[in-house]
Amino acid sequence: MDEHSLLASFESTIGRHERIEPRDWMPEGYRKTVVRQVAQHAHSEIIGMQPEGQWIGRAPSLRRKAILLAKVQDEAGHGLYLYSACETLGVSRAELTEMLIEGRQKYSSIFNYPALSYADVGTIGWLVDGAAICNQVPLCRTSYGPYGRSMIRICKEESFHQRQGFELLATMMRGTDEQRAMVQESVDRFWWPALMMFGPPDDDSPNTAQSMAWGIKRNTNDDLRQRMVDMTVPQAAVLGVTLPDPDLKWNEERQSYDFGAPDWDEFKAVISGNGPCNTQRIAHRRRAHEDGAWVREAALAFARRSNEESHE
Amino acid sequence: MSEAVSGEWPLYEVFVRGKRGLNHVHVGSLHAADDEMAIRHARDVYTRRNEGVSIWVVRSSDVTASSPDEKDPLFAPSGDKVYRHPTFYEIPDNVPHM
Ligand SMILES: [Fe+2]
Ligand SMILES: [Fe+2]
Repeated sequence: MDEHSLLASFESTIGRHERIEPRDWMPEGYRKTVVRQVAQHAHSEIIGMQPEGQWIGRAPSLRRKAILLAKVQDEAGHGLYLYSACETLGVSRAELTEMLIEGRQKYSSIFNYPALSYADVGTIGWLVDGAAICNQVPLCRTSYGPYGRSMIRICKEESFHQRQGFELLATMMRGTDEQRAMVQESVDRFWWPALMMFGPPDDDSPNTAQSMAWGIKRNTNDDLRQRMVDMTVPQAAVLGVTLPDPDLKWNEERQSYDFGAPDWDEFKAVISGNGPCNTQRIAHRRRAHEDGAWVREAALAFARRSNEESHE
Repeated sequence: MSEAVSGEWPLYEVFVRGKRGLNHVHVGSLHAADDEMAIRHARDVYTRRNEGVSIWVVRSSDVTASSPDEKDPLFAPSGDKVYRHPTFYEIPDNVPHM
């Protein structure tokens, strides 16, 4: 088959909403886009362990420590599912790690914000994992098979993340005035960065149209952001917190909430490396990778020796 | 061994039997230095919530796949690379809504 008919058969697979699998022919642009998106997603899960991980030792009870530990372990697992999906496209794990620590591939802007108070653990679960769920549920139907299957596993685990966060905040809201103030302060800090997680507005998102035509993305950034706002406003009311947006109000005609625009200049600064914690996040990841080098080498040496001995 | 050159642990494919009476199903892959470590990692990565009663791991380089020749023209990346491992089975999980 020549390239023309290969492309036709690829497009008809996409058109039938069937999945593209690793050994299928695919246009180079498709492969690159999937690699970029899945790698970025994997890196986000891995870097995302850091802000919350710092609170494991300081969580106020054994129960809260155990929950947080399980959640952070899940995020490591999510990163590994996604790296494994990405590797089906011919990129090696080592290359992906290099690209992350050299800053050649990105991760979600949200993880460049610090977790300053224990309430942030709850807010991250509620809003950040909440936004991740909005983003990820439609990706279960993404056109690249291994990516969609990873997303299905991940979504099954994410609802625990969001619920434990909400429950943590609800518990604090039943506490003292100080605790309630701590929750509100945390929500005020995370609300806008959480909305930025869906990426730039549609009129400033040049790759969205192609990604949607290929079935890699299923919704536009603004669609998903709207969905997040509509989902969250009633949850905030139950919790008893306010969301820091004076423009937030119900629109009867659209049957949706109107809301203000995030600070896109801040968003651009954070994704281009100038957020509050970018340097620290990458330095930490690099250190963990380099500190682990001797373990990786020793395990390989051990495997090689056991292999030789069993052949003697 | 190519992984000795790059220093990267080899890739393994992981298959999990969800419960008695079901086949092992492909769930993904992982890196490990040897077979034993692959089983241990598979347990941590793919069965944190009792998703399985039994795990198989196999080196990806030992998997032989049928090759869809007619779809593999000269300019396509070669199908026999370790990382181009096929994903044989659909995962029968449902997607929960929060
Ligand atoms: Fe996650
Ligand atoms: Fe999560």
